Amino acid sequence: MSIDLKTIKHISKLARISVDEQRAEKLAGDLNSIFKFIEKLNELKTDNVEPLTSIAETTLKLRSDEVKSKNIREQIIKNSPQDNEDYFVVPKVIE
Amino acid sequence: MSDITKQSLTELVENIKNKKLSSTDVTKAFIDRSEKSEELNAYITNDFTSALDKAKKFDQKPNLNLKLPGIPMAVKDLFCTKDIKTTAGSKILNNFVPTYESTVTENIWNEGAILLGKLNCDEFAMGSSNETSFFGNVQSPIDKNLVPGGSSGGSASAVAGQLTPVTIGTDTGGSIRQPASFTGIVGLKPTYGSCSRYGIVAFASSLDQAGPMAQNVKDCALLHEVISSYDSKDSTSIDFKRNHYSKELTNNIKGKKIGIPKEYRVDGMPKEIEDLWQKGIQYVKDCGAETIDISLPNTSYALPTYYIVAPAEASSNLARYDGVKYGFRAKGENLIDMYEKTRSEGFGAEVQRRIMIGTYVLSSGYYDAYYLKAQKVRKLIKNDFDEAYKKVDAILTPSTPSSAFKIGEKTNDPVSMYLNDIFTVPVNLAGLPGISIPAGHDSKGYPLGLQIIGKAFDEQNILNIAYAMEEKINFKNKITDWWIK
Repeated sequence: MSIDLKTIKHISKLARISVDEQRAEKLAGDLNSIFKFIEKLNELKTDNVEPLTSIAETTLKLRSDEVKSKNIREQIIKNSPQDNEDYFVVPKVIE
Repeated sequence: MSDITKQSLTELVENIKNKKLSSTDVTKAFIDRSEKSEELNAYITNDFTSALDKAKKFDQKPNLNLKLPGIPMAVKDLFCTKDIKTTAGSKILNNFVPTYESTVTENIWNEGAILLGKLNCDEFAMGSSNETSFFGNVQSPIDKNLVPGGSSGGSASAVAGQLTPVTIGTDTGGSIRQPASFTGIVGLKPTYGSCSRYGIVAFASSLDQAGPMAQNVKDCALLHEVISSYDSKDSTSIDFKRNHYSKELTNNIKGKKIGIPKEYRVDGMPKEIEDLWQKGIQYVKDCGAETIDISLPNTSYALPTYYIVAPAEASSNLARYDGVKYGFRAKGENLIDMYEKTRSEGFGAEVQRRIMIGTYVLSSGYYDAYYLKAQKVRKLIKNDFDEAYKKVDAILTPSTPSSAFKIGEKTNDPVSMYLNDIFTVPVNLAGLPGISIPAGHDSKGYPLGLQIIGKAFDEQNILNIAYAMEEKINFKNKITDWWIK
């Protein structure tokens, strides 16, 4: 299998990372060598193996549904690159 | 006392408790040395002025019952520290000032320690040489232009260079143990679920663990005792009875069964590493332990599995960096354009590469072939360890397949860089504890490490084995202070 420029463009769209032609070519080369390495896994038969989804063999603990952080709006928006004191501000999305 | 920074954490604690040293003396000494060590580039942010204030305050009313009374400490810049910039080594978080504290660092300050500053690391902990940091390379105290390893490279450099008595790093695939091995110090990656992940900038959540890095095993045990805690703010934190690791530390490992896995003898491994391993085997035998040849048959599949699982989780975790809620924002013509430019300009090349891998393996049509497959192989790798632990108490391996390399030597070939973690990654995939201890030098005089892997939650046992071996090895780190003018 080989990852072509069209696939790179598609993944970069999904990942929301803009990639110019030059970077796309570099990425295609890198990803192909990484996937060649990853494809070693195909040597293994895993049809009857249960996937490991969590390494911590524990069930989630229940807790009472209480609000613990109150009135922290200021803290939450403190680090936003742009805000109007009450909300996060983004480029206009509706006409 | 001019040799304050040469003292171990245990000695410093004792000297402060016996009032032979004040917190101010100790803090000043480490600040002085840190200021003279700019060339190492170990710090991203320093907090020296307020550290000194805190030390003076501590000395006015010292609480000597604490475990880290007035001890100054720098930490990896992946731990959120309230009101102190936390960057994760990335441009995208260059202006991020957390409004909360990570549980692990909170535990450290609660025992009386004082923050010296935030230490350099690979961007989002993705790297094995500290060369992916937006804030530049870190120099190893071992030699000029040598990498300290990564991702906790600033942490390793700072401990080996005596800029901080001890520190904490994080380990997703070897990021504590590999730099510890490269710089001749001790680094412990605890069992998954031992130390809270709350407030640690996330990389791959099913693998990430915080852990101590120190000059010796006893210091490592003491710091681990402080940071390991159950935390309801981390849903994968595990509630188990934690030891007083430093108090219960013993060099009596008589009768322990130690596994030697044949699959760790990889092609092209330098003879020096094989020799070191054989020496390690002799040391544990000298301590009265028994070694047993074991097999971990799926070892060679660990790294390919890791490079599916970790990027997949990273691509999801890093989706939060969108230029809206915090961090860097680039100008865009519309919302989507703003997202895409922010992420393209804010993330470095290695992080983008891993997000792309992760996005690809999770994308429609490829999920089963890659992600599901990797989860199944991860199960096989864990089964290998479960099987081995029916026969042995711990496993002894080299920490890395080579000693440290030069800055720039591996940056053009991602796969050769990834191979650095070949012996450490299986431990993360199986959620086990592993410790790297310095065990010798190669022909260039660079440190080499041995790794002891334990059963889940059996940190005490691997600390004990490390403690016993440390005594036999009697390692002396060759630090020439080359960077101090």
